[in-house]
Amino acid sequence: MRTLFKLALRNLLGAGVRTWLNVGVLSFAFVAIIWMQSFNLGIGEQAMRQQAAAEYAGGQYWQAAYDPYDPLTLEDSHGVLPDPLQAMVAQQKATPILIVQATAYPNGRMMSAMLKGIDPGQEIISLPSRFLEQEGEELPALIGSRMSASTGLKVGDVVTIRWRDADGVFDAQEFRIAQVFRIAVPSIDQGQFWIALDTLQDLTRMEGEATMVVVEKDGDKDLPGSVSGWVFRDMDFLMKDIMALVKQKTVGSSIFYFVLLFLAMLAIFDTQIFSIFKRKREIGTLMALGLTRSRVIAMFTLEGIMHSVLAAGVAAVYGIPLLMYSNKVGWAMPGAMDSYGFAIGDTLYPAITAGLIVGTVLLVLTVTTIVSYLPTRRIAKLEPTEALRGKMT
Amino acid sequence: MKKFTLVVCLLTAGLFLGLEAQAPDGDWIIQKMDENFGSDNKIYVGTMTVHGRRGSRTITSKSWLRGVDQSFTEFLSPPREAGTKMLKLEDELWTYSPSTDRIIRISGHMLRQSVMGSDLSYEDMMEDPELSNIYDAQVAGDEIMAERDCWVLELVAKEGNKDIAYHTRKVWVDKERFISLREDRFARSGKLLKTTEVLKVLQMEGRWIPSHIVFKDVLKGGKGTEMVIESMDFDADIPDYVFSKASLRR
Repeated sequence: MRTLFKLALRNLLGAGVRTWLNVGVLSFAFVAIIWMQSFNLGIGEQAMRQQAAAEYAGGQYWQAAYDPYDPLTLEDSHGVLPDPLQAMVAQQKATPILIVQATAYPNGRMMSAMLKGIDPGQEIISLPSRFLEQEGEELPALIGSRMSASTGLKVGDVVTIRWRDADGVFDAQEFRIAQVFRIAVPSIDQGQFWIALDTLQDLTRMEGEATMVVVEKDGDKDLPGSVSGWVFRDMDFLMKDIMALVKQKTVGSSIFYFVLLFLAMLAIFDTQIFSIFKRKREIGTLMALGLTRSRVIAMFTLEGIMHSVLAAGVAAVYGIPLLMYSNKVGWAMPGAMDSYGFAIGDTLYPAITAGLIVGTVLLVLTVTTIVSYLPTRRIAKLEPTEALRGKMT
Repeated sequence: MKKFTLVVCLLTAGLFLGLEAQAPDGDWIIQKMDENFGSDNKIYVGTMTVHGRRGSRTITSKSWLRGVDQSFTEFLSPPREAGTKMLKLEDELWTYSPSTDRIIRISGHMLRQSVMGSDLSYEDMMEDPELSNIYDAQVAGDEIMAERDCWVLELVAKEGNKDIAYHTRKVWVDKERFISLREDRFARSGKLLKTTEVLKVLQMEGRWIPSHIVFKDVLKGGKGTEMVIESMDFDADIPDYVFSKASLRR
């Protein structure tokens, strides 16, 4: 085996430019697959981390009628907090949020919006609700940077908002924008005005009521049992859209990997065919010297596999610095990414894991082995006497 | 003694009659308004001119109304809107668009959206047009409005009556014709939300009806939305099938 290995290595290096071209293509496939896959994983991890910090914390209790995908349910999705949830809120282990549909009139235009009430003193989610403690002639409201861009509202601007209270009666007030927050999570930004919870409860005649209760991070381990009229949504439930999106992106990217690998394997396949064709006399000589067919096949296959081993080494030379650099500076996202409804942020960072690197190396090695072996099957049919004369049978 | 009693009775009656001449009961006035305009069945053709930021557009429609709970409207022009239909049955509203050939129920937040870009929302269309059903009225004074002598009424939503969109209204009612010439609609906080101004009235089949009205969403910029009623048939014969969902696709 050692002899075979030595022979294979000598032949491989002896092929010169042909070998290095193959190694170059294969190493690019290695780096590209790991680099892209790490960014795909990074999107998922980053989105889930930011979504948890800004919106979900440790999970949410939803009022039984609440369905965020069905705006028609929102009108009835509010209720007085039951005792177990009130106790959690009192212990600052949870924070209630009340959601009411409204119509905003920024700069004389009319637009549908959500009016969300949150406790200004809460620290369960990263929304800067403390700005709602400001006092003044108009009631303070918070908006996100996306909402600011779509409405043209800035800090200090006054906007009229109209809504219907619990009795269905129209009410309207002027709100002053106390702060425009910049957050990676669009689902707490777009089309929303945040105001103090007690103010909203008062204005809508929904005293003590909420639409959802956000539980503190890791607070899902210490939950009360079933709460009548409220449903607990754990992180798996809340994150399932993000996970599905990441999965979908990964599947989409696999097409690219497939094309990349296909091209690299095509090069290796061609190289193997070419080697066998060109080295018929050598094969015949080896057989004449007593090397069995299977050992000749093993030698050629080994040459093919060595392409991927060399490629892994070359990929490490330029791939590791590239991945380290990517990990440090990230990938700046264009502004339009904001509107995709996905919490990515300004910069995307890759998630490089040992599993990803080992998995990719194993995948490429396996495919290379198969592709290297397939053309060598012809050697099994080769007659040594014919081969020595440079003929294929 | 009999003479004295008669004099007292006459004086009391005179006093009451005199007061009524000065300021009749607000509820009585809005009842008279409802009587003037209300009828079991109505069919009318009207145009709605929406003054937007990029110009104005006029939409013609024909409406069939039965009582206060049922109405059916078909838009006749412009070609882009022609064939669009709306059906209101009690507190439910459906629209049909021929371009998509779909019937959509307008509900929840969609009710807050404006009707074809106008200053009227679907919610406004869902309101009970008979004011006496939903408001308590008080006479706040009298003023001249559109060169007519008017009672100024302050309407406050009846206690316990749910889903009344506007908590208070101020209405200028023609003293002779019992027709509203101007109306301001307020939020519970007292903020003015919408105004309605009648520019022209017509007498049809012995009733006075507003034939040219300007609706304005005060919170929104713009010149408002004009409604012109071109024809109106009171107590018209309307078959039952008109007020069914099947008629939306007819």
